[in-house]
Amino acid sequence: MTNPNGRFGVHGGQYIPETLMNAVIELEQAYDHYKNDPDFNRELTRLFNEYAGRPSRLYYAEKLTRELGGAKIYLKREDLNHTGAHKINNVLGQALLAKKMGKTRLIAETGAGQHGVATATAAALLDMECVVFMGEEDIRRQALNVYKMRLLGSQVVSVTSGTATLKDAVSEAMREWTSRIADTHYCLGSVMGPHPFPTIVRDFQAVISREARAQILEKEGRLPDAVIACVGGGSNAIGSFYHFIWDEGVRLIGCEAAGRGVNTAETAATIATGRLGIFHGMKSYFCQDQYGQIAPVYSISAGLDYPGIGPEHAHLHDIGRAEYVPITDEEAVEAFEYVSRTEGIIPALESAHALAYARKLAPTMGKDQIIIVTVSGRGDKDCAAIARYRGEDIHE
Amino acid sequence: MSKIQDAFAEGKAFIPFVTCGDPDLETTAAIVRAMAQSGADLIELGIPFSDPTAEGPVIQEANLRALSGGVTTDRVFDLVRDLRRDVTVPLVFMTYANVVFSYGTEKFLANCAEAGVDGLILPDVPFEEKEDFAPLCQQYGVELISLVAPTSEGRAAAIAREAHGFVYIVSSLGVTGVRSEIKTDIPSLAGLVKANTQIPCAVGFGISTPAQAADMARHADGVIVGSAIVKLIGQHGRKAVPYVAEYVKSMKDAIRGL
Repeated sequence: MTNPNGRFGVHGGQYIPETLMNAVIELEQAYDHYKNDPDFNRELTRLFNEYAGRPSRLYYAEKLTRELGGAKIYLKREDLNHTGAHKINNVLGQALLAKKMGKTRLIAETGAGQHGVATATAAALLDMECVVFMGEEDIRRQALNVYKMRLLGSQVVSVTSGTATLKDAVSEAMREWTSRIADTHYCLGSVMGPHPFPTIVRDFQAVISREARAQILEKEGRLPDAVIACVGGGSNAIGSFYHFIWDEGVRLIGCEAAGRGVNTAETAATIATGRLGIFHGMKSYFCQDQYGQIAPVYSISAGLDYPGIGPEHAHLHDIGRAEYVPITDEEAVEAFEYVSRTEGIIPALESAHALAYARKLAPTMGKDQIIIVTVSGRGDKDCAAIARYRGEDIHE
Repeated sequence: MSKIQDAFAEGKAFIPFVTCGDPDLETTAAIVRAMAQSGADLIELGIPFSDPTAEGPVIQEANLRALSGGVTTDRVFDLVRDLRRDVTVPLVFMTYANVVFSYGTEKFLANCAEAGVDGLILPDVPFEEKEDFAPLCQQYGVELISLVAPTSEGRAAAIAREAHGFVYIVSSLGVTGVRSEIKTDIPSLAGLVKANTQIPCAVGFGISTPAQAADMARHADGVIVGSAIVKLIGQHGRKAVPYVAEYVKSMKDAIRGL
């Protein structure tokens, strides 16, 4: 779906300082070479399978299906990956690529901390230095992941600029990259930023739908009617959608974080409330005011608390191939509790946005229909925040 | 010759930068007038942006101060209209792609032409993406300034060949902000630019002292200073005008006659 110049329809591009241009050109050339290199792919597959625990299970959630009384629900269990989320897929790919390019240092942004932990993990495994930028607000919300990153040997830099959340962590990582390029790879965590990142990250995450498509064909002998995933920048969603894009009968549904609701200022639902803009290296949809100032977005979920969406999602929205729906904090928290209780699976709060929509959609569908929901990560990291949301103070 | 190039006609140009609306637009107007009277040859006016990814902490904070004071793009255009009653030095906007794009690129440039803005610097629009802006800039007579960085290597010649107004040479890796030392080989970068274009070039990023300015001006046609001035404004607020005037004069004196 990528044009040669990194465009998805009108979206994408490379809106970055001149200082970074040669770095992204070098990255694109290296990726174009290694993506077809049998040794690179063998090595990556070995890391996926032996280290990260792939392929991830496609689990038939029988109780959930029975209780909701409609479509059959399958869960794509990215939460079972090493480090507990889909983020490791992209990180192993990028870290291996960076290593091949002769880079010795990784930098990354993180929101909920899952991408930071994954990057810190890959850096430990591949003997690379690692610095993770994380908003001060998120450091407070996700203390356990901060501890993990340090344990893994990474430095965590607290970002206090702007709203001190994910968008500021991205800005700070970009600033750091412009000051140190020669030995450093910016391991971007989502399908966003300047070309070639949206394509590289999508390709590494596409393993999700490559497996899910084969798994559902094996289990059911047919394709699903809908694939549902949560969307912040959109990496697990594009990974879940990608190999179904050409299967026209499969609905692709991305669930955005509506926060306290799309009619309030406290939302992060980009498709629902944003408009076309240029930010963080890409043209796409962004939550912004009438003068193009980026909005201080809000979601209870640190990983979806981002004012933009990846350019390929913006394009899939434009052409009507994928649908994007807003899910509020309350709906996500309810789904978090419901799925924990019903299936004995504690999903990440991000993934709970996708599960919340599945709860609405499944009962409207027939028993012969099939939904795949991607559980992008596990919810251990969110338990304290959910307890707080419910008025209970727990100490980990 | 364009109005921007006039700024380089009588010796080395001193180009100060100010964030519009920091701490308020009245102070910005007074600062710009004082800079023009103190020898500034061209003035960069920053339109504040919420997330300025090419800026260091000093200018980031100035952007936030300005935005929290209620500055908008429309009010910055009003500032320029007011300044143009008596300020004749070329004025160039420095802002981010989304500020222009979101306003409507054509409407933004039409307003620039009408208000008297001579050029536009967009640090997040590299050579490859300039087609979004360059044709409309040309149509409205607003010169889109190109940047060349220490990492530009093979790209510098092509950028210089298509440049308008002046070429902005980024002195160092990283974001804007004061540096004790500039390590880039500026003579060879400026030489590469000059071999590929007739238009002037000016060096910016990290320059704060008269000695640094003189050093840079030996190799380029002008010197750009932002953070050092914004820092003075941050320190002195509404009382910053005489401090900025004195600073601009000292910097211009340092490069005069080189």
